[in-house]
Amino acid sequence: MDAAHELVFRARGISKVYRMGEVEVHALRGVDLDLRAGELVVLLGPSGSGKSTLLNILGGLDTPTSGHVWYHGKDLVDADDAQLTLFRREHIGFVFQFYNLIPSLTARENVAIVTEISTAPMKPEEALRLVGLGERLDHFPAQLSGGEQQRVAIARAIAKRPAVLLCDEPTGALDSGTGVRVLEAIETVNQDLGTTTIVITHNADIARMAHRVLHLADGRIAREHHNEAPIAARELRW
Amino acid sequence: MKALSRKALRDLWHLRSQALAIALVIAGGIANLVMSQATLRSLEATRDRYYAEQNFADAWVALKRAPESVAERLAAIDGIARVETRVVAAGNLAVEGFDAPIRAQVLSLPGPGIESPLNRVRVEAGRLPTSGVGNEVLVSEAFAKAQGLRPGSTFRATIHGRAHTLVVVGTARSPEFVYQIAPGATFPDFRRYAVLWMDRRAIESALDMDGAFNQASFRFAPGARTAETLAAIDAVVDRYGGLDAITRKDQLSNRFLEQEFRQLGTMAWLFPTIFLSVAAFLINVVVTRLVGMQRDQIAILKAFGYGPGAIAGHYALVVALIASVGTLIGVAGGVVLGHWLSGVYMQFYRFPYLAFSLDETVVMTGFAVTLAASLAGAALAVTRAAGLPPAEAMRPPAPERYRPSLIERLPGFGRLGQPTRIIVRQIERRPYKALLSVVGLALACAIVMIGRFQNDAIDWMVDVQFRLAQRNDLGVNFVEPVGRAALGELAGLPGVERVEPFRYVPVVLRNGTRAQRTAIEGLPPDGILKRPVNRDLRAAPIPDAGLLMTDQLGEILGVRPGDTIEVQVLEGRRRTVVLPVVGFASEYIGVQGYMALDALNRALGDGDVVGGARLLVEADARDAVERRLEARPRVAGLGVRELEIRNVYESIGESMLTFTFVALLLGIVINFGVVYNAARVALSERGRELASLRVLGFTRGEVGYILLGELALLVALAIPLGFLIGNGLVWYMSSQLTSDLFRIPVVIRPGTYALAASAMVVSALLSALVVRQRIARLDLIEVLKTRE
Repeated sequence: MDAAHELVFRARGISKVYRMGEVEVHALRGVDLDLRAGELVVLLGPSGSGKSTLLNILGGLDTPTSGHVWYHGKDLVDADDAQLTLFRREHIGFVFQFYNLIPSLTARENVAIVTEISTAPMKPEEALRLVGLGERLDHFPAQLSGGEQQRVAIARAIAKRPAVLLCDEPTGALDSGTGVRVLEAIETVNQDLGTTTIVITHNADIARMAHRVLHLADGRIAREHHNEAPIAARELRW
Repeated sequence: MKALSRKALRDLWHLRSQALAIALVIAGGIANLVMSQATLRSLEATRDRYYAEQNFADAWVALKRAPESVAERLAAIDGIARVETRVVAAGNLAVEGFDAPIRAQVLSLPGPGIESPLNRVRVEAGRLPTSGVGNEVLVSEAFAKAQGLRPGSTFRATIHGRAHTLVVVGTARSPEFVYQIAPGATFPDFRRYAVLWMDRRAIESALDMDGAFNQASFRFAPGARTAETLAAIDAVVDRYGGLDAITRKDQLSNRFLEQEFRQLGTMAWLFPTIFLSVAAFLINVVVTRLVGMQRDQIAILKAFGYGPGAIAGHYALVVALIASVGTLIGVAGGVVLGHWLSGVYMQFYRFPYLAFSLDETVVMTGFAVTLAASLAGAALAVTRAAGLPPAEAMRPPAPERYRPSLIERLPGFGRLGQPTRIIVRQIERRPYKALLSVVGLALACAIVMIGRFQNDAIDWMVDVQFRLAQRNDLGVNFVEPVGRAALGELAGLPGVERVEPFRYVPVVLRNGTRAQRTAIEGLPPDGILKRPVNRDLRAAPIPDAGLLMTDQLGEILGVRPGDTIEVQVLEGRRRTVVLPVVGFASEYIGVQGYMALDALNRALGDGDVVGGARLLVEADARDAVERRLEARPRVAGLGVRELEIRNVYESIGESMLTFTFVALLLGIVINFGVVYNAARVALSERGRELASLRVLGFTRGEVGYILLGELALLVALAIPLGFLIGNGLVWYMSSQLTSDLFRIPVVIRPGTYALAASAMVVSALLSALVVRQRIARLDLIEVLKTRE
């Protein structure tokens, strides 16, 4: 990745303070960050280091207490709820630790629910094939394994061809073999569609597939390193 | 306080808005129960006390004229403890400044020597007429109030064809006229119907009845056998032109009271049942969800050694608290409404006071029933919670299993978007819950319809009675049957366009052991001013021979067209004849028979006589005709159609409106309770799903559609079902209220459907608006980090 790639996110001095009852929690303390198109970035760090808060702010789910985040030059801090909704709808794909599929919809329909509100989506079947689930289109979440459910969630996230894919602990609830298959799907999306991808994990092994790794600690980016030669997801073991 | 009880209080506080919505539904039921029971008991207690205080008679008999000595023979009858005679007359009054004719019943007062007489009048203002002073009267307080008469006021009266100027010396009430209604009228009209009491001698001389009487009242001896005693009375009075003796059961005012009490009794259980059933369902929904959310807490409690009983008791406490709050609000509301309803009744039923009584057993029963219904509603969820093994309870529940719904196999479903699919599958997965929600909403809809139905019924009755069956502008009753020449005289009055005769003959109809006191009306078969109609509202032709009767009467007597019936005539030659029943007519007020006038006169062995006439009069000549007729001594009564119609609405308009409003409010309470709770539970169950969709870029509106679309669908399904249930309830209420006094038509006008449907939609929208605030507050971040 180099400067030739377009700048997708530019964050400067973002801080986030939560009030938890009587206590103030400083989740982020002045984070600066640039993300370029097509990057696969892994955020590493212990619980409470601010990974999820950072991801939520980038994804338009949350707003910083101070600082600015520009997405393609537009400041997300100025956006209201409706604008953030539109931003998520058009540009962001989310994958979560607990999949968050709609239990009453089949795999295909869980993807369709997003493609129906997108402008130039791929077909749900195509997205599911991309994550290796072309055969289980009409299964309901309760009929799928955890890894399969997570791959449906990835298909759902990328079917609208988002510019950015944000994954919060995508393998956190899965065993290693299943986790690898999920990561392969994320890798495919990143490589084949060129989707800028951020993966949160506290599993350092996963960092080996990233172009760039950001270590968060105590609300700050403590360390950053570039992988000159990221390894393929299928070679990961933990 | 034990920690577990504290938890119950906090859980309840957490659920407060839902709990309040349920408590309000309970309150609606309890308020209804308390209102109707308190009103019923208060009115019954008032009646009993008032009847006892005023020495209300046990039986009455009317006759033409009997010498006072007959009273001794009546007193000698086995089973009679006391007899009092009196003289009763019909009269017409004219009050200064009031143009319309006023009908009056004039009764003689017992002599001063009689101690605590039967049917004693209760003087409200002024005094009793002085014995021997002919022109002093007591007037019924309702009439006095309506006409602004006070002691000292005067008015003119025509009694038995003679004009008098009477002085009001006092106003009074009587247990015989608690429901003060003119014979044959539909509703009381205090301005146009009066009861007067005069000195016996004054009325005797007015009627040429010196030393005679035409009515007697009786007190039965303890243990008297009613049927035998009445028969003995009839045997004595027969040769004096006596009509059948009646007991309280057939006394007009008392009959209306009994009827009203029956209606109240129905209301006292019907509405509370509806409300408490809905409340039980809502509690089930809410507690099921509460238990679902607290699976892990239950597991921990059990792990610490709390037994199933303690766990069940804990949730039962939450339920009992909701029921208690609902009962408290309901009792308070019921007492207020009970006072209001009693007040409404007091306008129609002229009791001197109201002994308002709220029996604590009613409240206790109401609370017990509520608690039982609520606990029954919660039982399944609570039992399941108490029975969960701790280890299992600590694991999250297995994911909900869905499958493609039946509807999706229908053509066209494929074109529905995913949000709509979610809605349909959600409903199909829990069909019973959806069904019960729909039924609850439908009941709300039906309650609004019931509130409005009485208006429709009255409109309809007025239409049928005054626009279809009876089209005359004026009705004239003669003091006695007269020859047909009188008709020519009426036709000769300027402005009179058409004159049709009629004759009312009081009779007892008998079929085997069944008997009914009623009247047969003789009509010209080719008449157009009074035409009995059948159930399809088509004219029921008057047969040349034989009897047409109202279907209600046919039912009472158990006869069908083609059967014969024994007719005992109660006036004139007092013949008993057997006549064929040739057909049925349908009427809402009263029961009676119809015959061709000629055939009736022949059967009675009378000549060609008429009892009165119906007139069609040019609009601008009506007042003049009315005034000329009032002045005629042989005219006993005058009916003016426009006044009768206006009177119906004046006397009941306000209370109907209030009743509609209360029912509307109750319907809204149920609707809100169901929709709001369903939405809150759905939001709690599916908040995670909805938040996920928000994260994926769904707008609040789109997420709201998934949540509220389901409820909108349920409301849409509930409205037609509500119409159906409403029809059923209206039919049921009408059947409950039907008696020989009146029949309530089952009529629901489009406006009522519209009102009920709008009430449903508007209150559902209100609930939706409240819930929408919560959709806006969905925590998009938190919900994604946790597994449910």
